[in-house]
Amino acid sequence: MKKENWDLIIRPHQRFFDLNLREVWRYRDLVMQFVRRDIVAVYKQTLLGPVWFVVQPILTTIVFTFVFGNLAGLAPDNVPTALFYMAGIIPWNYFSECLMKTSTTFTGNASIYGKVYFPRLVMPFSVVISNMAKLGIQLIILAIVWLYYYLKGGYDFQLSPVLLLLPVVIIIMAGLGLSLGILISSLTTKYRDFAFLVAFGVELLKFASTLIFPLFLIKNDTYRTIIYANPMTSIIETFRFALMGKGAEFNPMALVYSAVFMVVVFLFSALLFNRVEKSFMDTV
Amino acid sequence: MSRIVIEAENISKQYRLGVVSGKTLSDDLKRSLYRMLGKPDPLATVGVENDRTTVTDSQYVWALRDINFEVEQGEVLGIIGRNGAGKSTLLKILSRVTMPSTGEIRVKGRIASLLEVGTGFHPELTGRENIFLNGAILGMTKNEIKRKFDEIVAFSGVARYIDTPVKRYSSGMYVRLAFAVAAHLEPEILVIDEVLAVGDSEFQKKCLGKMKEVAGGGRTVLFVSHNMGAVSDICDKALLIDKGRISARGQADAVIREYVNQTLRFDLSSKDSLSDPQFRRGSGHVRIGGLRMFNALSGEETNEFEPGNDVRIEIDMEAHQATDELYFLMGLRSSLSREMVTSTGRIALGGMSGGQTKKASVVLPALNLSPGVYETYYWIGSRMQEHPYDVIDNLTAPLVVKIPADGQALSTGYFKLPFKLDL
Repeated sequence: MKKENWDLIIRPHQRFFDLNLREVWRYRDLVMQFVRRDIVAVYKQTLLGPVWFVVQPILTTIVFTFVFGNLAGLAPDNVPTALFYMAGIIPWNYFSECLMKTSTTFTGNASIYGKVYFPRLVMPFSVVISNMAKLGIQLIILAIVWLYYYLKGGYDFQLSPVLLLLPVVIIIMAGLGLSLGILISSLTTKYRDFAFLVAFGVELLKFASTLIFPLFLIKNDTYRTIIYANPMTSIIETFRFALMGKGAEFNPMALVYSAVFMVVVFLFSALLFNRVEKSFMDTV
Repeated sequence: MSRIVIEAENISKQYRLGVVSGKTLSDDLKRSLYRMLGKPDPLATVGVENDRTTVTDSQYVWALRDINFEVEQGEVLGIIGRNGAGKSTLLKILSRVTMPSTGEIRVKGRIASLLEVGTGFHPELTGRENIFLNGAILGMTKNEIKRKFDEIVAFSGVARYIDTPVKRYSSGMYVRLAFAVAAHLEPEILVIDEVLAVGDSEFQKKCLGKMKEVAGGGRTVLFVSHNMGAVSDICDKALLIDKGRISARGQADAVIREYVNQTLRFDLSSKDSLSDPQFRRGSGHVRIGGLRMFNALSGEETNEFEPGNDVRIEIDMEAHQATDELYFLMGLRSSLSREMVTSTGRIALGGMSGGQTKKASVVLPALNLSPGVYETYYWIGSRMQEHPYDVIDNLTAPLVVKIPADGQALSTGYFKLPFKLDL
């Protein structure tokens, strides 16, 4: 090749270790446009608009409180049951929605991807960010529920300093949803088999976390390890502990594990994603 | 000194035919095994030429094969070819929607592609919101769009509806807005596919004007189109792709001429259904048994002519029943618009007795039709128009008028009328 400065070289396969996150950064305006679209478009022509963001976690909390709390008696006694479940449901929903939505990145956006080039990672990133807006609104509801029980009295709970860690926890959670989502997306462009796994896989993962029961109910060490192997466990636990200071377990090592897990999976998935994005249009 | 901004070297693209299945997986495994062993892709050697009309056993087809070209700064290059020749595949590779199977393209400068107008338009969003979204998808920054916003709205002519969701737009308004955004892109290299065919003729003119302006502004443009008029109007150079290979390149007009003549080639043997009675109309009192077209000057049997040639047509007829009168009429019809272009008056050929055969010869002197393919229509019958004996409607080879070597590639209208100037 001649010694010239080419801005762009289009060739069959690029190096595997070529993340190109800088290019995603250059397209940050596009990320924000997609975020805007996702938030604005969904509730156009609805009367209540963003209120719908909070209906789902509230109803889920009521059902969980009744079924798992009152009927099955799984919730801890020393904290309000509704608060206990809501503090788990909201982060879990964020994670699962990020995962589900990003897992169809290639198949769902084929019509756009097939017509114009932009860094493909822009799409899953925008999903994670637009869901964060939704998460923000839900956290406000969580704060209201917390305040209600706090003022009502009868339970002895308070905020823990761990609360300061929540932004980090949210980022880990976002990273987990994104990484697993784009991993599945990359694996399903040609063979759709994995797509069948996603919906019930996420559902099963829910039961392998502490969403439904408090961790202290698990006495068996093996089971504890299994539950902790789920990177979402420490996130739910940290959320609960931060809000109530009890009824959950704050385990810094488990949180570090989740963070490391996230980083490793992210790097691997992003590299795979980058490889797939170059040719998926031929097979999707 | 001119500067080369795009350099394509040995670009090929292989596609697999058929559906994705278990067999695909076995090919994939074979590929990755060979790659791990450091051997070349075993499937890169198979595959056939990109020709849709032939059926082969091969699972692989080369949509593009060994494409090499260079584009200089400020050049406006037209890419033409038939449907399925590989133009769009080349554009997809250039716009990085998919990657080539082999080869390399080197590019200098920011490249933006317009394979479609309105990519990513969301029906629920308003015109304003969609301008920002679509602009960002095409690679503009928020500030750039803000700067050009008023210009875009003015160009689209939908200012009044700018805060209405685009799902309420008429399809015309929709494409106007979409094109307006695209037209205000300012990359160093612009790749455009067929998007001109939008809107009413007034807006199309506006689009073409904008394209010319863009092209004239020193920007490098790659333009794929079937609209030869637009290509010859806008492009200085052109590239003709046929069956996945570059079959001609050079000055736009020369390449267009080559392309038009290529499409005008018609296989005589492929169309001769005279012997098949299934397609015949008429009472059958007299049947046409054979039709031949000659260049009257050279005497050569052909269906290809240049404007101004004399065409001679020989007709063999056989009477099955005796007839007192026999009239002949022939017409030429544009194969594109299916409209009758010209027809002769009825020519009386006299009567025939049963079993008799007759040969007639008709000359069309100085054929001044524009280049194109013309279907033929022959009619024989009695004086009463409604009762033909036989009609040969587009059953034989069409009459093809080619572009002469020194002629203009494009002309408008079906004929050139002779005229006299009085001063």
